[in-house]
Amino acid sequence: MKGSGPITRRGLIGSALLAGFTAKAVAQGFAGLGEAAEGFAPVVPGRPFTFPGDHGPHPEFRIEWWYVTANLVDAGGAACGAQWTLFRQAIAPGPPREGWTNQQVWMGHAAVTRADTHRYAQTFARGGIGQAGVEAQPFHAWIDSWSMRGLEGLNGTNVAPLELRASGADFSYALRLDADRPLVLQGDAGYSRKSLREQASYYYSQPHYAAKGSITIDDRPVEVTGQAWLDREWSTQPLAADQSGWDWLSLHFKGGDKLMLYRMRQTDGRHYGSGKWIAPDGNAELLASTDIAMTPLAFTEIEGRKIPTAWRIEIPRRALAIECTPLNAKSWMGTSFPYWEGPIRFGGSHEGLGYLEMTGY
Amino acid sequence: MQLATLLIGLVAATALWSGVQALNQQARNAYDRAAATFGGARTAMLVSRDGASLPQQLFVDLRRAGWPVSPVLEGRLQIEGRSFALLGIEPVTLPAEVGNAPSVGRSGMVSFMTPPGEMLVAPETLADLKLAEGARARANGGALLPPLRVQSQLAPGVLVVDIGIAQTILGMPGQITRLMVGKAAGKHASLASVAGDRLHLIEPDADTDLERLTDSFHLNLTAFGLLSFLVGLFIVNSAIGLAFEQRLPVLRTLRACGVSARMLNAVLVAELVSLALVAGLIGLVCGYYIASALLPDVAASLRGLYGAQIPGQLSLRPEWWLAGIAISVIGALAAAATSLTKALRLPLLAAAQPRAWHQAQRRWLTYQSALALAAFAAGGGLLWFGDSLMSGFAVLAALLLGAALILPAVLEAVLSLGQRFASRPLTVWFWADSRQQLSGLSLALMALLLALAVNVGVATMVESFSRTFLVWLDGRLAADIYVSAANDEQAMEIKAWLRERPEVAAILPGGRADTQIAGAPVEVLGLPDHATYRDNWPLLQSAGNVWSRLRPGDAALVSEQLARRLKLSVGDRIEMPAPGGSWPLQVIGIYADYGNPKGQITVNFAALTRRFPGIPLTRMGLRVAPPEVPALVADLREKFALGERNVVDQATMKAESKRIFNRTFAVTAALNAFTLGVAGIALLTSLLTLANSRLPQLAPLWAVGITRRRLAVIELLKTMSVALITTLFALPLGLLVAWCLLAIVNVKAFGWRLPFHVFPMDLVWLVGVALAAALAAAALPVLRLARMQPASLIRIFANER
Amino acid sequence: MTRSIVLHVTGLTKSYRAAGEEIAVLRGVNLTVAAQESVALTGESGSGKSTLLHLVAGLDAADGGEIRLGGVSIAELDDSGRAELRRGRLGLVFQQFNLIPSLTVADNLVFQSRLAGRHDPDWYEELVERLGLGHLLKRYPEQLSGGQQQRVAIGRALAAKPLLLLADEPTGNLDEATADEVLALARDLVTRSGCGLLMVTHSTRLAATLDRQVNLHAGVVA
Repeated sequence: MKGSGPITRRGLIGSALLAGFTAKAVAQGFAGLGEAAEGFAPVVPGRPFTFPGDHGPHPEFRIEWWYVTANLVDAGGAACGAQWTLFRQAIAPGPPREGWTNQQVWMGHAAVTRADTHRYAQTFARGGIGQAGVEAQPFHAWIDSWSMRGLEGLNGTNVAPLELRASGADFSYALRLDADRPLVLQGDAGYSRKSLREQASYYYSQPHYAAKGSITIDDRPVEVTGQAWLDREWSTQPLAADQSGWDWLSLHFKGGDKLMLYRMRQTDGRHYGSGKWIAPDGNAELLASTDIAMTPLAFTEIEGRKIPTAWRIEIPRRALAIECTPLNAKSWMGTSFPYWEGPIRFGGSHEGLGYLEMTGY
Repeated sequence: MQLATLLIGLVAATALWSGVQALNQQARNAYDRAAATFGGARTAMLVSRDGASLPQQLFVDLRRAGWPVSPVLEGRLQIEGRSFALLGIEPVTLPAEVGNAPSVGRSGMVSFMTPPGEMLVAPETLADLKLAEGARARANGGALLPPLRVQSQLAPGVLVVDIGIAQTILGMPGQITRLMVGKAAGKHASLASVAGDRLHLIEPDADTDLERLTDSFHLNLTAFGLLSFLVGLFIVNSAIGLAFEQRLPVLRTLRACGVSARMLNAVLVAELVSLALVAGLIGLVCGYYIASALLPDVAASLRGLYGAQIPGQLSLRPEWWLAGIAISVIGALAAAATSLTKALRLPLLAAAQPRAWHQAQRRWLTYQSALALAAFAAGGGLLWFGDSLMSGFAVLAALLLGAALILPAVLEAVLSLGQRFASRPLTVWFWADSRQQLSGLSLALMALLLALAVNVGVATMVESFSRTFLVWLDGRLAADIYVSAANDEQAMEIKAWLRERPEVAAILPGGRADTQIAGAPVEVLGLPDHATYRDNWPLLQSAGNVWSRLRPGDAALVSEQLARRLKLSVGDRIEMPAPGGSWPLQVIGIYADYGNPKGQITVNFAALTRRFPGIPLTRMGLRVAPPEVPALVADLREKFALGERNVVDQATMKAESKRIFNRTFAVTAALNAFTLGVAGIALLTSLLTLANSRLPQLAPLWAVGITRRRLAVIELLKTMSVALITTLFALPLGLLVAWCLLAIVNVKAFGWRLPFHVFPMDLVWLVGVALAAALAAAALPVLRLARMQPASLIRIFANER
Repeated sequence: MTRSIVLHVTGLTKSYRAAGEEIAVLRGVNLTVAAQESVALTGESGSGKSTLLHLVAGLDAADGGEIRLGGVSIAELDDSGRAELRRGRLGLVFQQFNLIPSLTVADNLVFQSRLAGRHDPDWYEELVERLGLGHLLKRYPEQLSGGQQQRVAIGRALAAKPLLLLADEPTGNLDEATADEVLALARDLVTRSGCGLLMVTHSTRLAATLDRQVNLHAGVVA
């Protein structure tokens, strides 16, 4: 079960693609993702990763995403956050077909968050015609006018420098991401087991970005700097039917350590956690469910749902005991498949910033 | 008796009014469906400036530039010889606000997009195709179409498929015809920076094209509904007048007993309202049946005239019922207003002798005539200054109103003339008494006049139309056989085969392209220079020698509708958008194109194929000696497996066209008949109302030695003579109405002007109908008079009424 | 000079059905009126005096007995015969609604005589003059006072020079002075035209001014 969380969480969002873009489709999405893997490539251990090739799409697998979250501060010292996500979902297996018969459907989510506002947008596209897609070299991921593009001199193992752009009706941003350290393979050398039933994903992250750029809300641009985190993941059969949702965090410690952490909420009530502690030197330690305790501290009511937006997190093995609070408790992504995603800060045994994502509430 | 007439009046008024409303509502619902299906005029759109199709890459470029657009490909598709609109949409980018447009079901979306895809159709279309859901139809070209799926919000006659599938079916890979623009627009690049000047943005419009096109038709229906309603109110008015007259003594007694006028009125109003509620309900039920009965004709009319698809099943909203009841109550109160005011002001004692009747009558006539002249003046002003369909109808309304108001004066004039030339005492009395009766009968006579005039007008218009249409059809359908091949290859084969047939005197290729001029769709027709067209084409105006002048490809013939819309005349120049760029053309002729909602331009066939290279060349007309036609048609069908609609002989096509156009005015004719019937009832109730107050007029004559039978005959003659005068007055008025319809309303509504013909036999027949109606209305009161007991007459001399 | 008998009524009976019951109104009335004779028919309400008048006028048919008018038996006439008789041989004046509202006074005056084809311009002129209607000829009945209306009615009734003038409460709607004046005119004209007058009245004062009074009681002449 170790390391299966992220694929599950993002997979559920990805399922919204297939499910037809409405919240009502969640159940259908679960069912859809649990089966019908026939014809797609299986996720097996021991796959060698090659870069920059693996930055591009893997259409033989069913779902895939490029996911960036950034913790930023503006020139006045006010905290803010940005999210850029591109999902790919194949609606049928087989070699990619040309034009409208192409089996890929793409979905983009973008958001910016400040203490006093949260703006988001979503968009959809079909593959095969050029409205959305990803190319490994030169690296370019796009949907409509949103893009994540490799800049001159892109280093394949650092996945940097990158330029990130997105816009909605009432916001836009442009960020430059730089990294001086290589990406990190999640799970076991990038093979991230999902369950005992051998469901898994390929998963790597770049948690070490320094970000710089500008965010515009209601036509007022502000300069921002900060740090960002990229997740790359692809799979074929990501979900189990008994999972109702998850709580996921990516944390930047003041000392330069990074922590990826999540808790799967299962319908039988046995929540399952996992994580990975990444030291500044790149050494990483896998955390098991028994290592992690996550306790909700405060709830926020949004659209009739009760959402735990403040958390106590304890990892005794690493002497970690922190409390997380959201920058904006109403960081609600009211998209076709709605979820909560926004910047947080934490204090206690350790201090720092991060991103929290919660689904299924 | 009054109760019955009151109910009849209210029921008739409510039934006709609500029936017409139901029809209008039904049609509007259908337009909404059509509008929603296409994301039509309700959504902003980007369309090609030159009317040509657009490369799909433009869609991608616009999306990449931040435009929230979704591509659409439209075309026409033949299935089993019937033509359907094929709509290719892209469900993933379809703007959310397109509303009840094909909301591709969640799980259904994958099967919609993935070959073979799905073809979404309205339930009516499924029935038309005679196929079950899930079955796959075949296009006339032979291609297997996606499995059918029913989507009830869709408009009938539209087939919705995924855009990729539409491109394949229509043979237009990588092409789209327009882009819907979603509302959720963020920042985006300017249109020109992405697409140059190829596109132009059409802002969303509250009215759909169909609504605008069919407005005239619905205005027409509404006008008739209103007329019937008013005529119905005449009945109510006279019935209430009678009831009031008869109750006067009771009311006086009640007032004398101390019942306040207010109280009395409240009771009367309450009684009236409850009657109106009952009558309204009955009227609504009748209205429902009227609407159901007329719906097929309305649907046929709208399809024939505008290509609008109206479902054949009547569905009504609760508002309709409420509105119907309300109109019944309001109508009853309006009709009762005078009587109620009288009751409110009722003096306790009987009024003193009224002013001499002829003085009162003169004042009344002067007043009405002044009003009539004002109405005529207003009509004249509108005729001079007005330039819209509404003003056309307003001219008609002013004309009818003026004529109705002046009718009593006309009757008075004729009757006093008659009196002047009469010498025998009974004849003198005949005229004098008719004059005196005028004020009582005038409302009913006005109703009769209106009904008759409108009848004459509409009948004349319809006849003029049908005569012109028949001549025009002969000109337009000059070829003997029309062939429409499944595709260009088959067309070539057919042509080769036909060349071997000795009985085929000529093969006339035809081409058709679509473009837009001034934002409205225009058909471009390509015809060869051939004697068939030289001899027959229904030119209205021309510069002479037009067919050879079309040959170089720099000249065009323009349909009357388009010429009127664009204010074109012979010699003007137009720029026609074409795929290869603008096509300058000189207008060298204007021709009649009745029944076509779109504008049409005719050019030389070869020039058309040069300027519109992509058009299908599947149509052709054949000249064949009539006796050879059936055999050739049969051979063509057998040899090339062509359906009934792909090979049509001239006779069949004409019959079909005539059938459509006959139905077009069937509704008008039906409403006409209803209106005349209601006018007859109005006359009857007026006569019944008068009958009671007539006794003091008749009793002295009886006393001095005129038998009841003779009196009855005289009374009948009097009614008939005023009806005859009214009818004779209605004839020229009706012809004037016809002229208004032909020269003003039709031009505004349809864009064509028909020559004005007078049909004397129809007029004679209508006079007969009117007199029959008057006879029927007068018969009952007259019979009652003839059989009246002497005691009833004697009583007049001794007792108070 | 023996005056000829213009009206001869013998054994006249008439009953009505009302509420399912036969009510005998006249039970054998005998009556004569001579030319130039004026007879008042009196009696209390319901005594049948109006009924008698109506039967004589041929407005209604009797059940039994005989009415001879100038030698013609009314019972032998059909509806149109009786109408012709009224037209040419009788003048009728009622309490009200004698005149045709749509015609002028002049047209009303000549209506009956011309209808009967018995128009006599000299007699007409005399009537107009004696009745004092010269200035009212162009008016319509409803523009006249009650007395004027009744004068016109008398003129119209006598214009055709009838055998008998039948009047049913002709002054019932008039005040006493007007009534006297109208009645005086009527009597004068009856004498001048040579016809008989049978007048129904409940006024004993007016009845007394006529040549003879006949009192009806319980359906018979008392």
